[in-house]
Amino acid sequence: MKIDKNTTLKIAKLCRIRVNNNEIDELSAQLSSILDWVEQLNEVNTDNVDPLSNVSKSSLPLRKDEENILNQSKEVLKNAPDQLEDYFVVPKVVK
Amino acid sequence: MNNPIKGNNSNWEAVIGLEIHAQIQSNSKLFSSSSTKFGSRPNSQVSLVDAAMPGMLPVINEFCIRQAIKTGLGLNAEINNHSVFDRKNYFYADLPQGYQISQYKYPIVGEGVVTIDFKNGSSKNIRIVRLHLEQDAGKSLHDQNPTKTYVDLNRSGVALMEIVSEPDLRSAEEAALYISKIRSILMYLGVCDGNMQEGSLRADVNISVRKPDKQLGTRCEIKNLNSIKFIKQAIEFETKRQIKIIEDGGVIEQNTLLFNTETGKTKPMRSKEEAHDYRYFPDPDLLPLNLENEFIENLKKEIPELPDDRKKRYIMSYTLSNYDASVLIAEKGVSDYFDQVLKIHKDLKSSAKIVVNWITSELFSILKKNVVDIIDSPITPTNLGKLVKLIISNKISGKIAKDIFEEMFETKKSPDEIVELKNLTQVSDKNEIENIIQNILEENQKEVEEYKKGKTKLLGFFVGRAMKLSKGKANPKILNEILIDKLNN
Amino acid sequence: MEFTTIKETLNKINAKKISSLELNQIFINRIKKAKDLNAFIYFDEKNIINQVENIQKLNTKLSLQGIPIAIKDLFCTKNMPTTAASKILYNFNPTYESHVTQKLLDKGSIFVGKTNLDEFAMGSATTTSYFGNTINPVSPKGIKLVPGGSSGGSAAAVAAKLCLGATGTDTGGSIRQPASFCGVVGIKPTYGLCSRWGIVAFASSLDQAGILSNNVEDAAILLKEIAGYDYKDSTSAKVEVPDYYKNINNDMAGKIMGIPSEYMLPDIPEEINEVWQKAIKFFEKGGVKVKTISLPHTKYALPTYYIIAPAEASSNLARYDGVKYGYRSDDYTSLDDMYELTRSEGFGKEVKRRILIGTYVLSAGYYDAYYLKAQKVRKLISNDFSEAFKQCDFILTPTTPSPAFPIGEKEDDPIKMYLNDIFTVPASLAGIPGMSIPFGKSKEGLPLGVQLLSKHFDEQSIFNAGSFLEQHYE
Repeated sequence: MKIDKNTTLKIAKLCRIRVNNNEIDELSAQLSSILDWVEQLNEVNTDNVDPLSNVSKSSLPLRKDEENILNQSKEVLKNAPDQLEDYFVVPKVVK
Repeated sequence: MNNPIKGNNSNWEAVIGLEIHAQIQSNSKLFSSSSTKFGSRPNSQVSLVDAAMPGMLPVINEFCIRQAIKTGLGLNAEINNHSVFDRKNYFYADLPQGYQISQYKYPIVGEGVVTIDFKNGSSKNIRIVRLHLEQDAGKSLHDQNPTKTYVDLNRSGVALMEIVSEPDLRSAEEAALYISKIRSILMYLGVCDGNMQEGSLRADVNISVRKPDKQLGTRCEIKNLNSIKFIKQAIEFETKRQIKIIEDGGVIEQNTLLFNTETGKTKPMRSKEEAHDYRYFPDPDLLPLNLENEFIENLKKEIPELPDDRKKRYIMSYTLSNYDASVLIAEKGVSDYFDQVLKIHKDLKSSAKIVVNWITSELFSILKKNVVDIIDSPITPTNLGKLVKLIISNKISGKIAKDIFEEMFETKKSPDEIVELKNLTQVSDKNEIENIIQNILEENQKEVEEYKKGKTKLLGFFVGRAMKLSKGKANPKILNEILIDKLNN
Repeated sequence: MEFTTIKETLNKINAKKISSLELNQIFINRIKKAKDLNAFIYFDEKNIINQVENIQKLNTKLSLQGIPIAIKDLFCTKNMPTTAASKILYNFNPTYESHVTQKLLDKGSIFVGKTNLDEFAMGSATTTSYFGNTINPVSPKGIKLVPGGSSGGSAAAVAAKLCLGATGTDTGGSIRQPASFCGVVGIKPTYGLCSRWGIVAFASSLDQAGILSNNVEDAAILLKEIAGYDYKDSTSAKVEVPDYYKNINNDMAGKIMGIPSEYMLPDIPEEINEVWQKAIKFFEKGGVKVKTISLPHTKYALPTYYIIAPAEASSNLARYDGVKYGYRSDDYTSLDDMYELTRSEGFGKEVKRRILIGTYVLSAGYYDAYYLKAQKVRKLISNDFSEAFKQCDFILTPTTPSPAFPIGEKEDDPIKMYLNDIFTVPASLAGIPGMSIPFGKSKEGLPLGVQLLSKHFDEQSIFNAGSFLEQHYE
């Protein structure tokens, strides 16, 4: 198996997703088969090929340095699960 | 090797590199139009983009690109025609996107070099590895509640330049000189306000120790130091800590550390063993930045005369000493002030040293006492120059000049005006001085006798009386000459 | 009353044969009747009536005034919630309107509701939504077929005549594939033609807004309305948007049509090839010259896509952390705890799988082997198309390797599900436009579509060819 339990747990930790014990085996198997499947890309000779990270051929658009003075705190906090006096509230990093 | 550190059993060398984060002084953030002002109400300078709302996209601030390029030019560095913005992925409460837009493989600025000057007149080159643009994070308040953290995203997205040095620094002093120099260059360029207390400029320090000329040791990173004083303290503590561990037979663990400003000690940031895997990849919401050479050349024209160049000019044009020149360039405001004086009063060129003295002792002192910045000095460069001219032409004495100086500060009047008003012109007329002296000697016959008998210390007494009679205006040199002459005859 | 095209409907309104209110009331009733399709996540009758009353107050005549349009629930809308079919956004009410939907509102269209989709647009069957499956309206009695995905709700709504057009998004085939399964027209424009601002991001270098409609002319009209440069999107293209509808010229004489040999797959059902062949013959009758072309890297398109799309998604979905909006778990004891629980409770299985894959292929030690490699193969795939368009004006392929399949099939094997996109993904990787147009039926009488592809920003050729083909579809 390419992706073993530990690797699955390590990756899950990186992307902050909790994987339960009853999910690990199936998930590791699925991830392994997907990764095996995509490995066929190794058949392709890509020497001297530049990667294509965006199909657009334009140049990066630039914005003028004008400040927008609108106070959007109401909008920005409107959907917050927990807030207090214009702050977002979250649990402490470590208990 | 110039900085051997004495350990218990042998000499050691500290190997230090700095990563400096400088906030760009722009009106809006790097990828959004929100304001960048410091100290506003929480979350009042946060746009939908800054808050990472679903569907939001970054658009880059042209001004920030220019400022980064100008900074690169000020660091004598290569400007890269092609650079790419990458996402640095990690989770933290003050990082709303779950990634920071930064630059990884292709930064906007490449290798450069900066010179630091020691007090003894020698210099050292510190190599710059790179400079790149990135977003600043928001702020987390941890100490308001035992179980909760409060997040303010005002700072999230402000443009930062990260300047990375090679580990060429060897001591706390060198590190302090280096960051001062960088700060100075940034302020001369007008790209950063250099305010370390407000977080406009901060540094991470990478430090390891080794026996001189041996292999590099394992390094630790001390994060987020926001004053030069703390940088020095942290380096000094960490150097000692690492040396002690090795000398006691231990091994240095590679760690990210925080410096506790109250205890003066470093300690590991988190107990987590996992190293960060940032999974950098080019941000697909942004296209690569391709700069034309013409664009870069045009920016070169906007670079003002930078500290090192000014220093050279001061030494050459005004034959100032290295030390004096260094003091002048340390703050752009001071250097600009000095340049103004000499610009307005071109005839003071040969007396530049006197101008320097007046600026660095009297002006500095009175500004400090009144908590005024040199930019706001009530004593204008024009007037300071006029004062120096009055002294050089013997119109006033040195002592009177000092009094006038204070009055100039209070009233903003020119020295000539004050001299006129208060009738402070120095008396250099020999006859007048003779008369004064004659008066003094006649009134103090007893002392004259004692002087002639050998009590030569009384000269000061006569000088004092003469000065008083002349209301301080007597030219001291002439007074002395005539007085001695008369006393000896 | 029948409403066959948007133009025809507007004519009826202008001729006062029907009011906007009456029109939308008809569609409201149709939607209510078709509740079981579960095509809509959000549908509110009062909301619709409100919209109609507001546009009726206007003095001007707008180009889509009163026309009922369904919006895929991936577009942020101010007056309706936006969930991305996910529990993690179950209660999210944007305070902003996406650029594309704002353009539709500016033209007076009426939003009849937010349509169902695969969660975060990740899927090919609309079977991963937090709000349940959508059922394909062409499902025969007794069997529930998938409408395709991820824009399954929009495709179903159009096919069931619950609206006169719908927006969708297409990242690897999410407009074209459901269009084929439901028997409607679906177009994914050139990457950058439509703004992505305000669309919940899945894979930034692939996502594109597009249109599902009953016919080619409606697709042309609606695409013109939503396309155009947006300074808020740095990948938005600064191009003039032609009046596609006005310019439709279905005289195919002399046009060269490319048929890629690599799309003739041996294990594809015969009925798919039959429909493709039938379409080729019609084009030939219309004076088209058929040229066999090669797109040599076709078979690597799917694995390339399934590295790049999850990688970008893993990063785009990192913002769903329970801090600023959306679902937050109840049970946590620390920040990381909150992140992990929120995300594992808030995201469905497929989304989690893709985030994990994406995280893996970007992680230290694997970036070069997977992500960088995929970007290089992507370049080769893109080059294949550039070369091909030197030899032909447009390309014709099947849209899907099968007709709509029963709900529940292929759900146990992710890769089986991914293979649904085998014909649509290459065009996504190259950023070229593509349209699926119904042209034939399977053995069981289910709709099948063919796909038209053209070079960047040449949507007109697609509309022209599509219009031609449409005339011959019975």
